[in-house]
Amino acid sequence: MTMTVGQHIVTIAMVVAGTVITRFLPFILFPADKPTPKYIQFLGKALPPASLGLLVVYSLKDVNIFAGSHGIPELIAVITVLAVHLWRRQMLLSILVGTVTYMVLVQLVF
Amino acid sequence: MLEKYRGKGIRGAFLIFGMSDETFSINCAANIPEDVDKGWFMFFVTILNYSYWVSGSILGGLFGELIEFNTRGLEFAMTSMFILIFLEKRLKEKRHNSSLLGLGVSLLCLVIFGSSNFIIPSMILILLILTFKREFFMKAGETK
Repeated sequence: MTMTVGQHIVTIAMVVAGTVITRFLPFILFPADKPTPKYIQFLGKALPPASLGLLVVYSLKDVNIFAGSHGIPELIAVITVLAVHLWRRQMLLSILVGTVTYMVLVQLVF
Repeated sequence: MLEKYRGKGIRGAFLIFGMSDETFSINCAANIPEDVDKGWFMFFVTILNYSYWVSGSILGGLFGELIEFNTRGLEFAMTSMFILIFLEKRLKEKRHNSSLLGLGVSLLCLVIFGSSNFIIPSMILILLILTFKREFFMKAGETK
């Protein structure tokens, strides 16, 4: 699909508006000078751990365990990341080892 | 994040504007030392992530075609990061019910709705369960 310059501008403006509104709205609805409702404070504490869980699932969403490599490289790499991290607790090291492991697996082994 | 970003002035506006998945993950799980200013810490996390994102996109757009070596699987760096931040949060929190809820509900929705449609249902379901089982999740997110 080709778009005219006008359509480009409108599209980008909509994306910008969407981004800015979703980010600033909560801070406008619950300003600093008024106490935030208890329910919202509760969500502020209880929601982040669940969101991180969602992000983990999201980053592995395209793994198909019924076809291709059956998610085995992903499984091995995830275990590697967890093991290296629990051993050394060094974020960059864990990411590096995990990513290299995964790349070797998908490029050379599977 | 509402409480954390409170009273950070002009920097606060930038913190809000520049928040990405990665910035959110780091700022909500980071162990900021006592002697480091939290506002500046989060500011630099935000601006550095933002600049990597913008410059990475520009470089990719300009020189992406020139890259010869096989980058297949490189995207696992992001997966690793999310897994590690999830793990770090788990190691620090007192109760795991919210983390497990997030994993469980998302997996369930992934199976039901498929990989391109599961995010919104997951979010709604997580929100509903947290709301109606508020007592059970009261202590979620508290650190040790």
